[in-house]
This record gives sequence, structure tokens and C-alpha cells, in this order.
Amino acid sequence: MNISEIINPANLVYEKPNVMNDTPMHYCPGCSHGVVHKLIGEIIGDMNMQDKTIAIAPVGCAVFAYQYLDIDWQQAAHGRAPALATAVKRLLPDRLVFTYQGDGDLAAIGTAETIHACNRGENIAIIFINNGIYGMTGGQMAPTTLLGMKSSTSPNGREVPTAGHPLNMTNLLAQLKGVCYVTRQAVHTVAAVKKTKKAIQKAFENSMQNKGTSIVEVVSTCSSGWKMTPADSNDWMVENMFPEFPMGDLKNE
Amino acid sequence: MSNEHNKDNEIKLMKGNEAVAHAAIRCGCDGYFGYPITPQSEIMETLMELEPWKTTGMVVLQAESETASINMVYGAAGCGKKAMTSSSSPGVSLMQEGISYLAGAELPCVIVNVMRGGPGLGTIQPSQADYFQTVKGGGHGDYKMITLAPASVQEMADHTVMAFDLAFKYRTPTMVLADGIIGQMMEKVVLPPYKPRWTEEEIKKNTPWATLGKPADRKPNVINSLRLEAIDMEKLNLTLQARYREIEKNEVLFEEFDCDDAEYIIVAFGVIARICQKVVELGRAEGIKVGLIRPITLFPFPTEKLKKHAERVKGMLSVEMSAGQMVEDVRLAVNGKVPVEFYGRMGGIVPSPDEVLHALKEKLIKA
Repeated sequence: MNISEIINPANLVYEKPNVMNDTPMHYCPGCSHGVVHKLIGEIIGDMNMQDKTIAIAPVGCAVFAYQYLDIDWQQAAHGRAPALATAVKRLLPDRLVFTYQGDGDLAAIGTAETIHACNRGENIAIIFINNGIYGMTGGQMAPTTLLGMKSSTSPNGREVPTAGHPLNMTNLLAQLKGVCYVTRQAVHTVAAVKKTKKAIQKAFENSMQNKGTSIVEVVSTCSSGWKMTPADSNDWMVENMFPEFPMGDLKNE
Repeated sequence: MSNEHNKDNEIKLMKGNEAVAHAAIRCGCDGYFGYPITPQSEIMETLMELEPWKTTGMVVLQAESETASINMVYGAAGCGKKAMTSSSSPGVSLMQEGISYLAGAELPCVIVNVMRGGPGLGTIQPSQADYFQTVKGGGHGDYKMITLAPASVQEMADHTVMAFDLAFKYRTPTMVLADGIIGQMMEKVVLPPYKPRWTEEEIKKNTPWATLGKPADRKPNVINSLRLEAIDMEKLNLTLQARYREIEKNEVLFEEFDCDDAEYIIVAFGVIARICQKVVELGRAEGIKVGLIRPITLFPFPTEKLKKHAERVKGMLSVEMSAGQMVEDVRLAVNGKVPVEFYGRMGGIVPSPDEVLHALKEKLIKA
């Protein structure tokens, strides 16, 4: 195959989603955010929803999510994304409305907004990136930090007497009657990426069908925060994060 | 819409809080988000009773906290919708983060604060001690909020409508700063006429920055207050400051009583201005040439007007239900030309006309 054949669109097997622009991402090598962003871009393109989507960006590493996907965005105060999404979806019920939040945003400072939006059964999708650490501020302990896991605010490892147990927010949300779909996924392998794509697509479809709140937790890596190579981070995640945050559907109604 | 609500220009008797609710529906408000707190709970209660979602389509939602309410307002405002919330002092303190974000993201919205005594949980009795928080910017960063100070139930209705107009004219959060008396007292009121809510086409035209979904023919709209580069952040601040100067130039509102020949001027806002009208009456009966200026907008403040009066009066008295907050702005306006004294009560106590007159004599006339 010569070069002109290779770049012939008919022969393309993979391309950047149209919804994604060319802005270089600020994410670290090995970070899960980039993959999840790409999946969201693909799904919005596949669903032909670019002109009907309003996304809510968090505070945390994904604060700049609005730079990479060519859709309308609102950037929320830390933890408040579900409150914004509630109002947007109530006032524009025919739109696809989703929040994109990290563990500090969703499971610490935004706990009340998250639980109550889910409990009201707001017809929104929540994409929850759980890497067990505050990446943006430099690697502090998160509510989902594992016991024994070191961070800049738990330098000797998280201990129960001082910091309590990791908070499993997704399990908690699955208890709520307003929630229709809860799943926990990852993006460390091709198979996992495909499953996560299906999960996000389902969450988006639920939002459009007004079925209630959908939550897709993506157990993620933070190579910089965890101080590991991207490859080691994936292995460490499988070995340590998955037992605490097991993969699979928690609720699918 | 029931017939009852269609009879325009009919005089009704209701509480200030109820008037806010009626006015919101009538002026085409798209969404109200609130959390119960005394002495303003009738606003959300009235809205729930009136069920505007069945008539105008307005959304009314009881949120889990004031933090959530103000962020719901942010979400709605980001879509170019006319959104509002209401609360009383402690709840408004919780909203300060959101208000700063709304200001930073240049979003229009209306916040009604029916003030009660503080600090802390304080009291449910009326107060004006949130003047600083409102006018000087209670949240972080350099921002201002247009502030309307109603002194009657009629103005509770009128200011709600006016607040939306100003908020959208300048893309800024706007506050109606009332107090427990204005919210709770019943007076006659003529409700504003019905205006339909904006259609989506009107929203696109009036607020081209709104997030409604990105069509093929425009770039994404992003509602955002984040500017990581210092030079960009300063640019946003300069834009906001220029807008505040425009507001100061165009939107000052005040009312004067018996100021033409006055030797002494009382400055008071909200319900205290009503009490001070009586003080003027009592003072004049005793031969004291006293007048009253009632700022209707607290930001922008009637600085020029006060400056002018300072050229010829003997002194001014700022009367407030606080430890003395607006008095600082009166002093700044007067700039040392004449003595500016303060009289106030705190903790929910409302001063009587007699005690204000006494304070005027003691602090300005005898001195």
C-alpha cells in the first residue's frame, strides 16, 4: 500500500471523532481522561447530537474539558456540576445533558449535589472519573484514595483512624430510586475501552429517553499522582483499585 | 392561566414575598430554584401554589441547599434563561461562591435577599446588615452586583421585573435587597402585566452566548470564569469594571423628600426610609428643616446626588438596621464636606421615628 492509498479516506480504519478538535491536551501521558474524552466525542458524533448537547465541566484536571470537544459547555464551581445539569435539563428537556466529574468533585465537595440530583432522578448522565487522587492540585488524598495509598496529604499511606475508609460513591448512588443505570468501567485495555463506550452511550440514551439519572464510573489511572509509569499504573489499578471498585453494572433498569 | 391572574391593573393585597412570586411569573421568568428559610419562604410557597409550570412553563424547584440553588441558577442562566433564587441572610452567605462565579461568567440572574439579623444563625427579625456583603461583593474577586432596595410591596413586584431587565442588559447578577418587614408585610399592590417567556429563537437572538447546543454554523459556547493566564484574567476584570462604570453612569435611582430647603438630610433605604419619612414630618413640625434621600439602587449608589447636597446642608444622618454600613458610602460621597453621623439598631430591632428624630438632634443639631 503506497502513501496515497493509505491516506485515502476509504481505507481509514480509525480517525479522530469530528466532535473533537485539534487542541493539544494538557493531560499527562497515561491519563485516562484523554481516552474518555475521545469516547464521548465519538458517541456524540455517532448519535448525531452535537447540536443538542450541553456538557458540564468540573473543577479538577478535567476543568479544561471544554477546550477539546466542540460542544456547548458550562464550567461549574467545584462539585456543583449536577446542580447546573439539573437546571439545564429541566429547562431544555429535549437536550443531552451530562456532567464530567472527578472523585474530589463528585465524591467530596459535591456529595450533596450529586446525591440529590440522582435522588430526584434528573434525566442527566454523570461521567465519574475515579483515580483515587486529586491530580490537578498535585496529588492530595481523595475520598476514594485506597487504604495504605500514599498521597501528598497522606504521605505514610491512608489510615482508617485519621482518614476513614475509601468512599464508594457509585454503590451508594445505586441505592437511589431516581437512578436508572449505574456501571463501573475502565479504559486500560481495548476491550475495556469498548465496554466503556457502550456504557456511556447507554447513559446518554437514557438521558434522551428521560429514564432517570445514569452514572458511569470510570476507574482511572493518574500516572503523575501515583508516581508510576503509564504501564505500571494500569497494572497497579487492576491489582489494587479493582478489588475496592469492582468492574461491572450495579444497576440497569 | 386562571382568570384571576389576567385582570391587570387590579389592586391586590398581599405580602412582599408573595408579590415577588407573582411578579416573577408575570415577567416571563423561566426558572426559580430555592431553599426554605424564614422570613422569605412564602416566595417558593406561593410559586408552588400558583403552579406556573402548568401555565407559562416556568420551572420551580426546591433544591437541597442554597449552594445548589445558586448553581442551578448558574446552569439556567448559562442557557440564556431568566433564572432566579431567593433566600435570607444565612442562605445568601452560602450563595456567595455561586454569585462570584455568576459574575465571573458574566451571567444574568436575579437573587432576592429578604434580610434577617445576624451574624450567624442570628434572628428571623428584619435587618439591613447584609449591605456590605451585597454592595461590596460578598464573594471572592473584584465584582459588583446591581442592587435594588425595595421599600414597599409594590416595589417588591416592580424591582423583581426591573432586576431581570438590568441583569440581562449588563449580563450581571442583580440583587433585590429587601428585609423581613418588606417581605412579610401586606400592602396593596398592582401586579406587573404578563410578558411571555422568551422563545428559543428569542433566546438565541438576545443571548447569543447561551449554551443551547452547538449548531454547525457557530463555535461552541462556553460559560466559564476560568482564565489561567494572568493577562486574560485581567482582561476579563477590565471588561467587568468598564461595565460597572456604565452601570454607575446609567442606572442610579433614588427618591428625595423635602430636600430642597433642607439643612439636614437623612439617608435611608428600604423600610427604614419609610420610617424616616415620618421623622421628616415630625422634624418639620418642630421647625427642623430636614429632608430624606432614599437610595433605590445601592449599587450604583447616588453618590453625585449626595455630593451636591453636601455643598449646602449642615449635616447628614445615615439610618440603618445595622451597625453602620451604608454610612461609609455616604461619607465617601460627602468626602468630609459636612459631618455624616449614623444611627442604627441591630439584631432585628426596628428604630421608631421618635428615636431617629432624637438621634438627629443629639448627633447633628446640638453638636
